[in-house]
Amino acid sequence: MQPLSRQFKQRATIAIKDANLQAALGKAKEGFVGKRAAAIAELPEFEQLREEAKAIKDHTLANLDFYLERYEAQVKKYGGHVHWAKTAEDAQRIVLDICRKANAKTVTKGKSMVSEECGINEVLEAAGMEVVETDLGEYIIQLAHEPPSHIIAPAVHKTKAQVSDLFHTHHAKFGLTRRLTEVADLVNEARQVLRKQFFRADVGITGGNFLVAETGSSIIVTNEGNGDLTQTLARVHIVTSGIERVVPTLDDATTFLRLLARSATGQETETYTTISTGPRRSGDLDGPEEYHVVLVDNGRSRMLGGQFRDMLRCIRCGACMNHCPVYGAIGGHAYGWVYPGPMGSVLTPLFTGLDVAYDLPNACTLNGRCQSVCPVKIPLPDLLRELRHRQYEEKITPAYQRLALSAWAFLAKRPRLYHAVMRIPVGVLGWFGRGRGSFASLPLASAWTRSREMPAPQGKTFQQAWRERMENRDERRT
Amino acid sequence: MTDAATTAPVRKPRVGLFATCLMDLFRPSVGFAAVKLLQDAGCSVEVPSAQTCCGQPALNSGDFADTRDIARQVIETFAGYDYVVGPSGSCMATIKNDYPQLFVDDAEWRLKALDLSRRSYELLSFLTDVLGVREVTASFSATATYHDSCSGLRGLGIKAQPRALLAGVKGLSLIEMDDSEVCCGFGGTFCVKYPDISQKIVSDKVANIQASGADTLLGGDLGCLLNMAGRLKRLGNPVRVYHTAEVLAGMADQAALGDPEK
Repeated sequence: MQPLSRQFKQRATIAIKDANLQAALGKAKEGFVGKRAAAIAELPEFEQLREEAKAIKDHTLANLDFYLERYEAQVKKYGGHVHWAKTAEDAQRIVLDICRKANAKTVTKGKSMVSEECGINEVLEAAGMEVVETDLGEYIIQLAHEPPSHIIAPAVHKTKAQVSDLFHTHHAKFGLTRRLTEVADLVNEARQVLRKQFFRADVGITGGNFLVAETGSSIIVTNEGNGDLTQTLARVHIVTSGIERVVPTLDDATTFLRLLARSATGQETETYTTISTGPRRSGDLDGPEEYHVVLVDNGRSRMLGGQFRDMLRCIRCGACMNHCPVYGAIGGHAYGWVYPGPMGSVLTPLFTGLDVAYDLPNACTLNGRCQSVCPVKIPLPDLLRELRHRQYEEKITPAYQRLALSAWAFLAKRPRLYHAVMRIPVGVLGWFGRGRGSFASLPLASAWTRSREMPAPQGKTFQQAWRERMENRDERRT
Repeated sequence: MTDAATTAPVRKPRVGLFATCLMDLFRPSVGFAAVKLLQDAGCSVEVPSAQTCCGQPALNSGDFADTRDIARQVIETFAGYDYVVGPSGSCMATIKNDYPQLFVDDAEWRLKALDLSRRSYELLSFLTDVLGVREVTASFSATATYHDSCSGLRGLGIKAQPRALLAGVKGLSLIEMDDSEVCCGFGGTFCVKYPDISQKIVSDKVANIQASGADTLLGGDLGCLLNMAGRLKRLGNPVRVYHTAEVLAGMADQAALGDPEK
């Protein structure tokens, strides 16, 4: 997917004015935040689990080459294939090759953000294959021809009425013409449509929440069971996953499973947790004939050696965006690429360019709530500030901002001059502001006064008032 | 009763007041309130004139070189004080948490930054956690709600301290609004770089303030307070906005933030 992050500001403004989006976001925010808090309140060792999870990831990332090779060896041992994709284009080519060799006409997909990142659907469709997203949210946005707006709830921006319209339009060809208004009816209809696709599918593509080096297994968690049907009913199963998703042992994976469900949806565990190890063995009742894993780098190994390694701990739970005031105000599409919210504001500039995604690290109040809910303790605000630093160093930060900052810093480094200069505007605004208390508009302050009054200063700077008080006291003494 | 411990002259802790830039420019009364609270708690307070700002505007814009220059200035200015105390969680978190990180490659200045860090406190956290102040003598007739500013809350653990002290103010009842821990949309230069997003966030905050039924909004950071007061005034909302220190010092008799002089 081509990043549209350069239009962040315009897209954000449109999002704020979109009544449907705002209604959907308001509902989602309440659900995610409240459910997570309740689930965590019932788990006294949650903080300890976060520490453990962070330690496991840090250890794994420090030895990533070893664990990846171990994982590859184990996958092969159980009859699977491992493919290494250095770039998104490599991943596209590898997946397309596998699908072509399988003579695929229909490809079903469980949810995979890496596949979104690499633009897999577009490539398969261009080659004449029918690609069917089977996660309900992904299915909805596929019908709407939209990218996901949230990493675990891709259609969170859609209202029930909008989904009803989409199904009414797109399901008529299956003879389903009744307009549905109840959530349960909508889910049932989607299930009815998708069930046929599962049986027709030649290839099933899923993501991988965790890859286990010990056993060569891939683990997926879903709430709809669509992942299971995708990977067991098709002849060929392809797992697309980032290289950072490997964990050493099954035991380690369970630590993350306990954190993931609670952080993501406030569940103790997701409805389906499925561990896949290789293709169907003789005697197995079901399972694919071929099992492929596409390990995607696409910029990750570059992050491994630098200050952004912490970001590779991310387990894609979405808690950061669920608790982000900016995401809550504008939703995911404004960010303009695959990953929105705080984690996306770190990843998008690193994957697509510091200039392309200039706004993303800057459109953040550094309030830190994301870090405080992150199950693997990623210091997201620090990483965002480090990205701002790189933008500043590479002169991507706009010239007028750099100039204003330099002028301010020049004064701030010269206290005597600073205090002498600052008295003037404070005195003038204080004098004019006495009777009114605040200003509805001020020169050079339109960005503030567009939506807020500017409270008037009290008339003297504190330094000025303090010195006067000290002098008066000294005079009284003498 | 006389014993050596109570009769021996105790040296007063020497506190350097960190006069935050927004307080210096917009609200000197917060500085005077801070001085009063510190003096009442037995400190001798000085206000060094060689200070301007903690450097956060540069730090958060990614201009680390200017930030380091300003940090060195703050470090030198406040060398020698027993404590450095400021009426802002945001500025004090920068000094306490970020300054040492700025000098990871410079052992000499890192040491100095760490020394300053351990002596630096946000005002109410200092009064409560260090000096053990449990109650202040102040009265203020209000039904107030308190906004937890993000840097103080998450950077310095300021949550219970202001509430505990406010509980002792005569005539004041404190009620909690929904989402008191959610950002108000200020974010320093964020609010002018992304005004539409900031407006949406502060509007949600104001809705929560209004729904709480409070007639007064209190908080510990002028940036957030200016933002919320500005939005409240724009909407014609009569809620009064004060810095917590003004109320605790019994100095909330002057005009509230954004209100005309009485």
